[in-house]
Amino acid sequence: MQPDDLILRLQQKDEKAFERLYTLYSQSIFGVINSVLHDTEASEEVLQDVFIKVWDNCDSYSSKKGRFFTWLLNIARNAAIDKTRSKSFKNQKKNLTQEYFVDIIESKNSFSNKMDAIGISKYIKTLGEECKKVINLLFFKGYTQKEASEELSIPLGTIKTRNRLCLNKLREILVE
Amino acid sequence: MNIQEYINSGILELYVYGALSPQESEEVSKVLKQYPEVETEVSEIEEALKSLASAAAPYNPEQMLAAIKAKLISHGGIVQMHPTPINKRARIISFISVAASLIFLVGIFVLLNRTNNLRQELRVVEAKNAIMQTKVDDSENSLNQAKTILAVIRDPKVTKVPLAGQQVAPDAYVNVFWDKENNKAYIDALGLPEPPQGMVYQVWSLKLDPLTPTSMGLLEDFSNNENKVFSFDNPNESQAFGITLEPAGGSETPTMDQLYTLGVVTNNA
Repeated sequence: MQPDDLILRLQQKDEKAFERLYTLYSQSIFGVINSVLHDTEASEEVLQDVFIKVWDNCDSYSSKKGRFFTWLLNIARNAAIDKTRSKSFKNQKKNLTQEYFVDIIESKNSFSNKMDAIGISKYIKTLGEECKKVINLLFFKGYTQKEASEELSIPLGTIKTRNRLCLNKLREILVE
Repeated sequence: MNIQEYINSGILELYVYGALSPQESEEVSKVLKQYPEVETEVSEIEEALKSLASAAAPYNPEQMLAAIKAKLISHGGIVQMHPTPINKRARIISFISVAASLIFLVGIFVLLNRTNNLRQELRVVEAKNAIMQTKVDDSENSLNQAKTILAVIRDPKVTKVPLAGQQVAPDAYVNVFWDKENNKAYIDALGLPEPPQGMVYQVWSLKLDPLTPTSMGLLEDFSNNENKVFSFDNPNESQAFGITLEPAGGSETPTMDQLYTLGVVTNNA
């Protein structure tokens, strides 16, 4: 269940609801931003901008359009991609490698949530290359099915089901 | 719709990613509200993705919240805060006004009700008053009549002529009080029986030699006259008075075999 009550209170400009939602969603949003930018400092800046936008534009969210998490994701991915296009960021990251979330998780030595961390490390190890790429493009980079199918040379009709199988493994491991 | 097939199609994962078109997303949102198992599936997908993404975060950014709030305040986002006390106050005020209106309405209703009751009571009292007034008027009337009768009886100038019962009604009796000065005659007919339906008593002034009857009038509305005292003008030189029973409306000449009472004026007055 998503916290509809908190979201409603946020839309009434309730500061406490904003804090609670920040606690619920900030780390995952921070992770999405970081998986695009691969830069802690830049990610911090973008995360702040994202949550200021959340406060300012919360009226534009409607559960009819989709999940609150999805709404946050869109704001975060767009803000992160905007950042990669900015001059200061380009100069700094001249040799932008084709890294993605897997590299970050694999290179990380401390996790804030130990139980999840063990599961996710295990998940990354058992995850096939194709799964990693599908999740990276669709979830972290915000690609459409068509864009992902072209990028990965996978038939459009199979993207949905393949992605589901990839995520089912993650869910199994997290439940264990 | 086969819900399990729908879930297995992988559309819900794309929904959470935001990879569907706006129209497709709205459709999934509707299905989600309709089917709890779809909502559960979406929540689980979301939780898994949140865990995965959190793992890619450099650290838990909890301490950044203070900086974000500071920025919100500096750009004016959080100026109009404290909605809760305002709401509470507004709620109390609106509660008070609602309560006041209710009390007011109840008050008006009670007052209207009371006014109606009073109006009805007033109507009843007025009706009673009218009845009382009629009774008072009646009593006054009968008192005046009694006074008049008494005055007539006591008046020494008034001649009392007793009429005795005749053959058809031996027990009947009538007194005539004749005020010669004012040419008035009062007939006290208490001693006459009720006249039969369609009949009426007729009073006659008689001259004896030769016997000449002159009609003085009818004892109209006999049963409704409580005192049974009737007044007539009598300018005649009466020597006797007689009362006969006649058909309604009276007769030209007395029907002698229906003579109820008869009495002669004595000349000592």
